[in-house]
Amino acid sequence: MKANGTVFKYGDNVDTDVIIPARYLNATDGAELAKHCMEDIDKEFIHKVKNGDIIVAKKNFGCGSSREHAPLAIKCAGVSCVIAETFARIFYRNAINIGLPIIECEEASRRIENGDQVEIDFDSGVIYNRTKGESYQGQAFPPFMQGIIKAGGLIPYINEKG
Amino acid sequence: MGMTMTQKILAAHAGLSEVKAGQLIEADLDLVMGNDITTPVAINEMKKMDRQTVFDKDKVTLVMDHFIPNKDIKSAENCKCCREFACRHELSHYYDVGEMGIEHALLPEKGLVVAGDAVIGADSHTCTYGALGAFSTGVGSTDMAAGMVTGKAWFKVPSAIRFELVGKPSPWVSGKDVILHIIGMIGVDGALYKSMEFTGEGVKHLSMDDRFTICNMAIEAGGKNGIFPVDEAAEAYMKEHSSRAYKIYEADADAEYEAVYTIDLSALKPTVAFPHLPENTREAGDFGDVKIDQVVIGSCTNGRMEDMRTAARVLKGRKVAKGVRCIIIPATQAIYLQSMREGLLETFIEAGAVVSTPTCGPCLGGYMGILAAGERCVSTTNRNFVGRMGHVESEVYLASPAVAAASAVTGKISCPDELE
Repeated sequence: MKANGTVFKYGDNVDTDVIIPARYLNATDGAELAKHCMEDIDKEFIHKVKNGDIIVAKKNFGCGSSREHAPLAIKCAGVSCVIAETFARIFYRNAINIGLPIIECEEASRRIENGDQVEIDFDSGVIYNRTKGESYQGQAFPPFMQGIIKAGGLIPYINEKG
Repeated sequence: MGMTMTQKILAAHAGLSEVKAGQLIEADLDLVMGNDITTPVAINEMKKMDRQTVFDKDKVTLVMDHFIPNKDIKSAENCKCCREFACRHELSHYYDVGEMGIEHALLPEKGLVVAGDAVIGADSHTCTYGALGAFSTGVGSTDMAAGMVTGKAWFKVPSAIRFELVGKPSPWVSGKDVILHIIGMIGVDGALYKSMEFTGEGVKHLSMDDRFTICNMAIEAGGKNGIFPVDEAAEAYMKEHSSRAYKIYEADADAEYEAVYTIDLSALKPTVAFPHLPENTREAGDFGDVKIDQVVIGSCTNGRMEDMRTAARVLKGRKVAKGVRCIIIPATQAIYLQSMREGLLETFIEAGAVVSTPTCGPCLGGYMGILAAGERCVSTTNRNFVGRMGHVESEVYLASPAVAAASAVTGKISCPDELE
């Protein structure tokens, strides 16, 4: 599995309130939530993002509320992967559980800039920055989490286990 | 190597004699909780599962608290979806208008959580119940769906940071000041993926309401959970509120901690988190001249009985400053009723505050106190992120009920001892 797209770069502590503000949480539909994704820190995001694009951020991405609406909004906006130095723990769980690929990589988070063209190989965890001609090694998931990701999320994983 | 208190509870719920930090386990759950925002998403996820039944109708609880009484048609549809689900699955603990309260104040009050439990809730502040000596943590809606059906959840066993509390806090210094001080010290990701274990002789000077507030905001330091040892005060609380048997776990003497901090409670001052992160803390004397437009006293962090009493003590015989809106929200029906019996509601209304039925509303910018561009709010809630309570150009200052009430009187961020 691979991802390939243009990077939208953000800073530290991007919280779930800016990923999807609570005023929209009366909706549960991913496509509807996606229309407001990131709007409180980047009004242009939803107009510019194309299918397959990548979000790169610094520390503690997804901190705050447990709302699964946040990774869902990102996924339904067409984002193929989020790379960060670290993720807040509930966001991390939620992303894996709903099948939104995420990778922790300090070097990628530091080096990649807004607008860079980036390719990700999820099997090897290698992140290739085509704009800069550099590669970074992302952290691989433990086998248990790979099982969930391969199944397509927690629910299909549980169904498979029976 | 010994285990921390959290590790012991997790080991017991995974059927293991020992667990280590970093180990992935599957734990049996004593309670799975959801609210009117997160449950509809969980119900949708549950529809995709092969099994369509809840694991135990007594161990799944739904609390309608975020956008109720319904703020709009979509919220009404969400609550209706939860209500029908609760009815279909004959859930014993479904809380709607008239019985509901803010989930993390309500569940301990109803005796649904006791020491030794393992609890997940589809709300980040589920970590609150650590005050009772339980392991509890926030998850998303898919985890909630899986938990409702299987009665289990997967966890990475956390390492821990220990906070050794010593001394006795000064008057007007509360649990809120303790946790804001700690978040200011370690940062909003200072406890990322970790347990925050609070110990030491200072614990006995903290009321149960203080401890709920402290554990509630463990997530604001990135923590997986916060937890207190079970002492006489915790046992008395559980005996008063619950008929369930509880189990006391204690950390081993040789348990390993990533860091140990000693916090001298007697040295703490009233503390406020300035915009736009809970780690941007300042102590009394360093607040400057910050004029405010609104005060909110309530939420899962500070809407409990003691918080109401503190606010009333400050507001008694005083008036909310002209141009300031003061919104007070008792967290549960029982707290509302007790506040009425004690005359606190009268004090609030005479001071010029409004009192609302329990709701999470303003804390997350849902309704009941949304801020306009440029407005500032002193709030006893838990997050002051950009746009959290309204317009992206509004500002939220997190404070204790004492500081919030004093600020309502002066119209700027103030401590109670500054009042005439």
